[in-house]
Amino acid sequence: MPNTTSDAPLKILVIDENPIRRAILESGLRDAGFENLTVLDDATGLLDRIYKVDPDVILIDLENPSRDVLEQMFQVSRIVRRPIAMFVDQSDRATIEAAIDAGVSAYIVDGLKKERVRPILEMTISRFSAFDRLRSELEETKSALKERKIIEKAKGILMKSRGLDEEAAYALLRRTAMSKGKRIVDIAESLVSTIDLLND
Amino acid sequence: MSSLATARKRAPYLRIGYIPLADAAALIIAVDKGFAAEEGLDVELVREVSWSNVRDRLNIGQFDAAHLLSPVAIASSLGLGHVRVPIVAPLNLGLNGNAITVTTALHRALAEHSDGDITDPKVSARALAAVVAERKRTGQDPLTFGMTFPYSMHNYQLRFWMASGGVDPDEDLRLVVLPPPFMVESIANGHVDAFCVGAPWNSVAVDLGIAHILHFGSEIIERAAEKVLAVRASWASENPDLVTKLIRAHARAASFIEDAANRDEACRIIAAPNRVGVAPDLIRRTLDGKLKASPDGSVRSSDRYLLIGRRGAARPDPVQAAWLYAQMVRWGQAPMSAELLAEAKAVFRPDLHDEVLGAPPAAPASEPVDGVGAFDGPAFDANDVAAHLEPWLIKRC
Repeated sequence: MPNTTSDAPLKILVIDENPIRRAILESGLRDAGFENLTVLDDATGLLDRIYKVDPDVILIDLENPSRDVLEQMFQVSRIVRRPIAMFVDQSDRATIEAAIDAGVSAYIVDGLKKERVRPILEMTISRFSAFDRLRSELEETKSALKERKIIEKAKGILMKSRGLDEEAAYALLRRTAMSKGKRIVDIAESLVSTIDLLND
Repeated sequence: MSSLATARKRAPYLRIGYIPLADAAALIIAVDKGFAAEEGLDVELVREVSWSNVRDRLNIGQFDAAHLLSPVAIASSLGLGHVRVPIVAPLNLGLNGNAITVTTALHRALAEHSDGDITDPKVSARALAAVVAERKRTGQDPLTFGMTFPYSMHNYQLRFWMASGGVDPDEDLRLVVLPPPFMVESIANGHVDAFCVGAPWNSVAVDLGIAHILHFGSEIIERAAEKVLAVRASWASENPDLVTKLIRAHARAASFIEDAANRDEACRIIAAPNRVGVAPDLIRRTLDGKLKASPDGSVRSSDRYLLIGRRGAARPDPVQAAWLYAQMVRWGQAPMSAELLAEAKAVFRPDLHDEVLGAPPAAPASEPVDGVGAFDGPAFDANDVAAHLEPWLIKRC
């Protein structure tokens, strides 16, 4: 069997439509010494690409509907030069679960030694998780910014209508929030939407 | 909101995965009309992009239940092509929603080569063989047909139909998997000449004026169990009360959908952007069984199209499971054995259905006597798969 039992560098194919995540994974794999890497941003002409790259390992993100296309290709093994089998070993269930949790799926050439594949999978899972954290941090930042804007607007309304200075307007918002057991941003939001309603 | 209510909201009772297709209708109605909630079920429906994802998330427990291709439930239970995880199906979600749609060019070619009424699958299959032979003779590329998954009724319907006309689906043309949302695009840009897919995608292609519906799936197989409600066998035995509640909620949803008086409301809910996400009219045509079959506007009707609750559709029939297993054997996906046949049949669980809803009266006279009703070949005997496979010339076993 060519390649699969030797120590030749593993050929890895990554299919991911998300450019940032793709870059994060690519740099992670390269830094870990996996240089034989092909990265695709979509799944068009997948069969031809697989035929050309002849990968030992295929990594595809779970948001990609073309995952079903890949699964079929592995059944039609006459077209792809070497039969590619999925990670069917039941003992690796934990790894499969971790990968799916992280949002990625891996397909491995049949007969490849587990020890050779594990570091690739571990790197992929950790990079996908890192991207996920990055994405949720970004969303948190965005919503924090939005909240600050609403509070500013509510302060402005209070300053204008009640003749308060900025500090007193904020203190009023905070006091109201505490007495009602709500967050400051919730009080600010209801104030802003009330004013919007009255001004319509 | 109390912290308990918050916690419950954050940890939905049941997560059910589905693919945005018309035959997810009963699940969508059960949740969005409140039938599930009335059973005390807090259900989150999770829309997925691939059958592989639905299968994997069900297998590892991220989903409690799923809208699943019935052959995938069987393949998963038998460990074909993937990790073996025993699955049971207490319900069918949809029968007969598939159709075979062909480009205008292929439709014309088939009509030119036809020796009779092209809506007869025997005639159209022979016409396909003639078109395939002519393309070979004139050095044109082989035709490409799209379907949704290797383990799907779509795949088996296409293969059964073609092979009946003498076309070998593995040698004479290309059979490729395409995700349902890409089907229409692929037929529009010429990547495929035809496809077999569930509603509403056939209608979408016809509406664009680029394709014709050649056959309703029920013209190939009169009673075709395409999708099931799938749960892990271990989950079903640990949670018999949840299975009962799911069956009850589904039964109410199915009769709501099948009652024509509710059609407008049902279509609006099913078609919503966060559910199937298409124009409600497309769902309406599907549920009415009246499909525009050609760009010229001609309509074909079938009262067998997309059975959700009527004609005893929701009750899983092990005969259907046996037929699906027979196709897996025929096309080289599964070895033949009495044990595997028994395991395949045991995936479909009419007993779970009957425990909750009662045993049905005898099958109505309108239904095929062998439970399948294929347009070609002898009647199917679920206990004798070898006899089913014996007469076919084109097979991989």
